[in-house]
Parts: sequence; C-alpha cells; structure tokens
Amino acid sequence: MMVERRPMSDFLAHAGLIVSVLLIAFPVWVAFVAATHDATRMTQVPLPLWPGDHLWENLKTVFLTGYTGSSAGVPMWLTLTNSMVMALSIATGKIIISLIAAFAVVYFRFPFRMFFFWLIFVTLMLPVEVRILPTYEVVANLGMLNSYAGLSIPLIASATATFMFRQVFLTIPEEMLESARMDGAGPLRFFWDILLPLSRTNIAALFVILFTYGWNQYLWPLLVTTEPNMTTIVMSIRQMLAAAEQSPQWNLIMMTSLLAMLPPLLVVVVMQRLFVKGLTETDK
Amino acid sequence: MLKRSHFQPSLLPYLLVAPQILITLVFFIWPALQALYESFYIQSAFGLGTTFVGLENFVDLWEDPLYIESVWRTFMFSGLVAILAMSLALLFAALADRVIRGAMTYRTLLIWPYAVAPAVAGALWIFMFDPTLGIVSYALDMVGVDWNQAVNGTQAMALVIMAAAWKQIAYNFLFFLAGMQAIPPSVYEAAAIDGASPMRRFWNITLPLLAPTTFFLLVMNVVYAFFDTFGIIDAMTQGGPANATEILVYKVYQDGFVGLDLGSSAAQSVVLMFIVIVLTVVQFKFVEKKVQYS
Repeated sequence: MMVERRPMSDFLAHAGLIVSVLLIAFPVWVAFVAATHDATRMTQVPLPLWPGDHLWENLKTVFLTGYTGSSAGVPMWLTLTNSMVMALSIATGKIIISLIAAFAVVYFRFPFRMFFFWLIFVTLMLPVEVRILPTYEVVANLGMLNSYAGLSIPLIASATATFMFRQVFLTIPEEMLESARMDGAGPLRFFWDILLPLSRTNIAALFVILFTYGWNQYLWPLLVTTEPNMTTIVMSIRQMLAAAEQSPQWNLIMMTSLLAMLPPLLVVVVMQRLFVKGLTETDK
Repeated sequence: MLKRSHFQPSLLPYLLVAPQILITLVFFIWPALQALYESFYIQSAFGLGTTFVGLENFVDLWEDPLYIESVWRTFMFSGLVAILAMSLALLFAALADRVIRGAMTYRTLLIWPYAVAPAVAGALWIFMFDPTLGIVSYALDMVGVDWNQAVNGTQAMALVIMAAAWKQIAYNFLFFLAGMQAIPPSVYEAAAIDGASPMRRFWNITLPLLAPTTFFLLVMNVVYAFFDTFGIIDAMTQGGPANATEILVYKVYQDGFVGLDLGSSAAQSVVLMFIVIVLTVVQFKFVEKKVQYS
C-alpha cells in the first residue's frame, strides 16, 4: 500500500515485478523455444533462446503420431481426450455428490446425520498418495483398471467440496425455506429452484479448482492404466522423459509439456476471479 | 449446523448422502483399514500367505537407517520448499501491493504456475538443467560449475526444491497479496505521519498483521511438499541419485509398487496417515484462516 508519492520507489517496484514475472515465465519460454525447433537443432549446444520455425511441424507430429522415440507412441489427440474426460468427470462428479450430500446434512434431520458428516470429514485427511497400494488393490478387485471409471471415481469423494457447499447453504436465510414451503415446494423442488441458483458462483469457482486438480493427476493414472490408449497427457510426459534418456527429442517433449499445461492454465487465467474465490474458500 | 427450519425425516436424505458415503467407504475407509491391517503382517517370500508380526514392521522402519534418512530428508525438503516459496511470494506480493496501476495484471502474470501439473513442472526444470544440453547447466558451466543432477545428490535435491517452489509461489503470492490488501490504509497513513519509512512500516505493520496468513501458508506448504510433489520427483529424479531425493511419499511408492514389500509399504502408509492427521488437526485447531477478499 502506497501512502506518499515516491516516484523512484514506484519505479523500482515495477522493475522488480517485471523481473519476477520474467523469472517465473523463463522455464516456459525455454520450453516454448524448444518446441519451435527441429530435433537436430535441439542436440546442439548451446540450445537456442529464440523461437525457430518448426512449431507447426512439431505440433502435427505429437498430435497425430505421438512421441516417436518411444515404442508406445500414443498420439496426443488421444491423451488429451483421456485427460479431458478424466478432469471433467472428476470435477462434475465431485460437485454433484458434494452438493446433494451438503443439502442432506444441512436441511434434513435424520438419524446418523452427524455420523455421516464425520465419515466425510475423515476423507479430508487421506490424500491418495498415502494409501496408494490398498486403494489400487480395491480398484483392481472391482475390475476398474484401464477405464475412465477407475481413473475418476476413486478421486471423486472429497470432503472439501462438501464443506464448502455446507458453508454456502448455512448462509442462506431461513426465510427461503419457509416461504418455499408456504408455496408448497418439496425438498427436491427447493433444491433445484432455490439452492442451485443461489450457489451458481460457488459451483463455477469450485469447478475451476477441481478441473485443474483432475487434469493434473499423475500418480493415480500411472497406477490404474497400463494400456497405452488410456494414457493421460500428464503421465505421457513421464514416459517421454524415460525414453529421452536414450534419444532425447526435446522439441517434442516440450511441445507435449506445453499442451499438457495449456487447458488448466487457460481455465485459471480466463476465470481468474472465480479461481481466486475457489482457492480461498476451499482451502485446497 | 442444521437449519432451524428443515425437512422432516424420510428416505430422501439417505439417498442424497449415499453416493458420497459409498465412495468414501470403498475408496477411502476400506483401503485405509487395509493398510492398517497389512502393516501388522509380513508376506512370505513367494506371496503365499501372511504371518502376523505385531509391530515388527514399524520397529523395522524405526531401525532402518534408510527410512530415518528419508524422514529427515523429507523435513529438510519441505522446510526449504516452504521457505523459498514463501519468501519469494512475500517479496512479490509486497511489490505488487505497492504499485497502484497494474497490480491485477501482475497478479495474472504471477499466479498461472499454480495450474501447471507437478510432473510437467518437473519436465520443464529437468530440461533447463539437462547436464549435456540444458540452457542453465550450460550457463553454469561457463562460470565453472559442473552441474549434473544425475550424479550429484545435493544438486538433485536443489533442483527438485527449485521446481517445487516455482509451482507453489503462485499460491502463496495470492494469499499474501490478499492479506496485505486487507490492511486498512489508515494504519499506514498514521505510521507515515509519525515518520516511519516504507521499510519500517513493512517490518512493523505489514509483517505482524500477516502472521496468521503466514502460519496458514506454512502448514499448506508443508502439506504440499510432503504429498503433492510426487510428480516432480518422479519426473525428475525418481528419488535418485542414490536415494538423495527419496522423500517419504516416494518411498511408499518405491517399496510398495517397485520393491513389492507390502508390509513395510503399509506400515509407511500408516505413518504417513498419522502425519496427515496431525497436520490436519494443526490446521483446523490453530490456523485462523480469515483472509478477506475485496
């Protein structure tokens, strides 16, 4: 917060910020430059710092045929589709089951209400990384390996979204229900006509966070998919890096990395206001 | 908790919580109990049958120098990631809070790394530091530093810390900036009239008022470094060289999926769950997270 006018320090603040922005962006710039050169140029030291003219060609290669250095070259249109299906299923699935669970907990009195609430709360504590092996066993026993269901359903239950909606519902005035009742509306009608419209912004904000979360999943897809055609784009980068140890094709790896970060990045930047709201209201 | 006016008991609320409860039971509670159960057993050499061994798996962990090293390594890694990501974010936020024009543009330009997947962040950083080709290792070579994270454990650790912090700065920046913007200008004006310099105002007003945000971020950064950096480690170093970057989460995966030591992996999972529970309790009990957004 600036109180007095100090042109010099104002200038320094801008200069400092521009340097920070450039520093933060540098890794992506390097990746972008790599994605615009051909494979030969990317083996000559020093590597370029200015874009070349092979962007389109590299894009076409990864998009249609995939990384040629590895045997399991999966075209990127497929890995992008898989990632999109997974991210959208996780985001919408979490939102739907959290919305209705929060509705039940806030608007109904029923036996075991608090028990259910605490059961959901417990899940907040256990990220998939700490219970990898047993969760994998459960999914394998249910025959859900190599399927979209296996990729998304185990990640759908999360307490954070339920908590957020509970918080939102608690701020809705009591009169809403009373007047809805007076008009003869049942629970489902009340939910659909009043609660849903009132939580629209929260749903959108949560969607931004959950889409990013789902898209960026790494360990879980790595475990539950073994078939190349179920590969997601984020995990395909790991396979390329492994193949790169013999024959690096950094132009293609960096092109894939750029495309892997683009969808969540666009969502976050374009819907920045919602993103900030979602991040600060869900904790995580 | 419950609305004063609410609906009468019926089957409906049970149907509404059923999907969430079902998924929680099948994919969270059951695997967690399974891990707890397996941590008390040892699988025989050929996977035929198991033997109850009580706490032996935990005692083995305690006596395993590799595991204890991994514990310390994880704390060091998390501490350094938190310090690096938080101090840079604080600096950026202080700068962004000073400028009147363009603060929101700078915010847009600084928060996007949050959206980058850990594994992708790992790929970007490993490319810059590739021992033979990387642009940064080339520059380091010019000034006489021999960079090779595939051989040098300290350099590998430094690299994963940088990549992990790079991703986390955005999150911290957002909360620090919000915290700073919530401080009323009158406080600063009063201090300025009393002759306090901007530097002094930062130390004596901004920092103390940011203490709750800082503590909240410290917990969140530690949680992030403990659990969300798996992708970074796996893409960059796979825990190597010679376990130099093998943090606890990576070790569970290594011992369980690669080493197939089920009992030990389960015991490690239980230890990690315990850590998560402690961190969650700390977060809920002591962290007053009331960041105002305007």
